[in-house]
Amino acid sequence: MTALSALIHRDIRIALRVGGGALIGVLFFLTVVVLMPFAVGPDLALLSRLGPAILWLGALLASLLTLDRLFMADHDDGSLDLITMSRTPLELACAAKALAHWLAAGLPLIVATPVLGLLLNLDMVATGAVALTLLAGTPALTFTGMIGAALAVTLHRGGLLMAVLVLPLSIPVLIFGVAASQAAITGPLSFGAPFSILCALSLVSLVIGPFAAAASLKHGLD
Amino acid sequence: MQLSGRGVTCVRGGREVFSGLDFTAASGEALAVMGRNGSGKTSLLRLIAGLLVPAGGSIALAGGDAELTLPEQCHYLGHRDALKPALSVAENLSFWADFLGGERFDAIENLAAVGLDHATHLPAAFLSAGQRRRLSLARLLTVRRPVWLLDEPTTALDAAGQDMFGGLMRDHLSRGGLIIAATHAPLGIESRELRIGGAA
Repeated sequence: MTALSALIHRDIRIALRVGGGALIGVLFFLTVVVLMPFAVGPDLALLSRLGPAILWLGALLASLLTLDRLFMADHDDGSLDLITMSRTPLELACAAKALAHWLAAGLPLIVATPVLGLLLNLDMVATGAVALTLLAGTPALTFTGMIGAALAVTLHRGGLLMAVLVLPLSIPVLIFGVAASQAAITGPLSFGAPFSILCALSLVSLVIGPFAAAASLKHGLD
Repeated sequence: MQLSGRGVTCVRGGREVFSGLDFTAASGEALAVMGRNGSGKTSLLRLIAGLLVPAGGSIALAGGDAELTLPEQCHYLGHRDALKPALSVAENLSFWADFLGGERFDAIENLAAVGLDHATHLPAAFLSAGQRRRLSLARLLTVRRPVWLLDEPTTALDAAGQDMFGGLMRDHLSRGGLIIAATHAPLGIESRELRIGGAA
């Protein structure tokens, strides 16, 4: 097994075993989406209009919930020292950790979307569109969030700081994710343009995120 | 193989911890770094491991693998054991063997060498402090690296554990490895002393 696949396997195993990854994220997602119809009221047309935005907001917040421990646990138990000293470039190790986080915490949100779409009166096409935009956009949330997670380790602050750092970076992803979903459901804009921008945001974050996170971790060595 | 430092200066949090430190350690040699609390013993090990950047001077390994950096040829055993409570003893060791790469030896055999073969499938969360340290020592045996950087290595080990560890260190030195250990107590093996920061 290569170093990177070992790291991915380990992080997924810990996330599933401890319940701090997939379970908590999906439960939070479920809670937000289930509560929303009670807050909005029994207006089915309004619910289906707000549905994509509610699902995207739920996914964004659920993703943030579990991201702040991405590097903190490894820092606290000394693993980060050994990862830094290893033959694997720290940038690749960061990318592997983010991928593992997305597989354990991001992918389950997408899998849960069709079920939650029913609660928001979304039809098959609308649910499919939201799931597709989440599939394209949640990697951007994870890989930009990773920068905040690395800064939280460097600055010895987690929680609120993480949210303050990451939320502004997540806003374009949210805008284009919801825009692409709405375009697919109601039009009149084409689905392609916002969806392409969403994919571009994910690709850019896949490249920049690991380098920025590794630079932050190296700078913060103590 | 020889590890040497010339005029090494360490500054942390704006405070000069030590300056102008010279040291050498050759293959088969153990260097016991001694000094009072806060004198910079741990900082010196972290400088060698590349986890801190020296404010001055240089540290170099002559005669090692030219394709690898100094940190890549070191094992660092710090105060924290780098273990995941949710993973079993075998899973923790197997992960580090896969991740660190290089020449790899049988994990189960090495768990037996540190007296943990009975706890292979036990989650690390249920290990005592001494057992956690033993598991960390098994990492040093499973992935071989020539330089061992040990920070208070016998902390939490009982008398039998300290004897076992002494044997492991002697074996490592006999294979041509070198050890630099920050310690307040005798290492339990023949070693040269490097005192930093005045009297302990």
